[in-house]
Amino acid sequence: MGGRQRIVIAKPGLDGHDRGAKVVARALRDGGHEVIYTGLRRTPDQIVRTVIDEDARFVGLSSLSGAHNHLFPRICQLLRDSGLNDVVVFGGGIIPEVDRSKLFDSGVKAIFGPGTPSAEILDFIEVASSKDCGVGSTSDWRWGE
Amino acid sequence: MTVDDADGRIFAITGPPGVGKSCLIDAILHKLTPEFSVAVIAVDPTSPLSGGALLGDRIRLTVLDDKEKSDSIYFRSVATRSSSGSVPSVVKSLTNYLLLQSFDIVIIETVGAGQSEMRCAAIANRFVIVEGPARGDGIQAEKAGLLELADLIVVNKSDIEGSQKVVNDLKVSLSINQDPPQIISTSATTGEGIDNLVESLLNLEERESSKRARYRQQLMMAHESVLVNNPNFETIIDRISQEGLGIEEALRELIE
Repeated sequence: MGGRQRIVIAKPGLDGHDRGAKVVARALRDGGHEVIYTGLRRTPDQIVRTVIDEDARFVGLSSLSGAHNHLFPRICQLLRDSGLNDVVVFGGGIIPEVDRSKLFDSGVKAIFGPGTPSAEILDFIEVASSKDCGVGSTSDWRWGE
Repeated sequence: MTVDDADGRIFAITGPPGVGKSCLIDAILHKLTPEFSVAVIAVDPTSPLSGGALLGDRIRLTVLDDKEKSDSIYFRSVATRSSSGSVPSVVKSLTNYLLLQSFDIVIIETVGAGQSEMRCAAIANRFVIVEGPARGDGIQAEKAGLLELADLIVVNKSDIEGSQKVVNDLKVSLSINQDPPQIISTSATTGEGIDNLVESLLNLEERESSKRARYRQQLMMAHESVLVNNPNFETIIDRISQEGLGIEEALRELIE
């Protein structure tokens, strides 16, 4: 498939650092995608609602507060509960290595830490958009493997 | 219920970047919901360089934090993409669909520049222009040819110095019109004038001249979509570029 995607970039939880999210949003825009930025301190419900309203295919979650172990799986579950099984979830921010496999198991398909080249995120979007790797799929594919 | 018979229920809110359109819409939604269900279609420009777009109007909507109100709101961002013809017709279909889904009011938010945005706004049947202080004199809006479309002019940021001067300038420059649009002063930050604005919106009458200007835009949009949606459109362009078919002749073939 490839081509232009609609991507929600979201800041879940109580975390006021959005430089990273804005840089990613800008890079995705410059890569030809339509990016909807949610602004700071969104709840999982609000983020899922935004994905529904905006008919997005991807959602990128940025967290630097340490609450990712709670927030990311919760958002994945709410997406599945809402029938949005084809939406692809990726994450970024400060996500320690030890936490990652659990997040992948919960439905996150890629995690991009500090220093990730923006071209890599664009590559991920392109590859993932032609795969059946939505949050509700049984595929255990993840970026970087 | 379609666009054509939803009189007084489809609003365009347009104006230059940074005058506070999104904040005003937030303030309006706080007043209108949950009594009315409101859908907002926010049209933002596509980057001509990358074809991408950053759609950030949602950030301003504090009303979505209120569960009781957010259930009667639908908010959708739309990018203008490349063709000046296709997006307005998508916005029109979207508006029709939202009315069918029993939304009481549809608001189309656009930057009032560019043909595509202008045509999106012309789908509405009530046209609101937002202006603000420190943007040069009132002539700027006239230059853009926007004022002829307006049923209501809102001068936002009344808490900032110079805003009353903009109101006065606009009043003077519009006083030569037969049926000048109403001018309202608001501040989305302090809430001043918002009640008055909501009241005016719900009772807003269509001006004859703005109606005419809107139909002009709609007619041009319909004409363009006849051209673009003709199955031979691409073939004809090929024939123009490869076989030297004349533009006039091509047009005749496409319309017939």
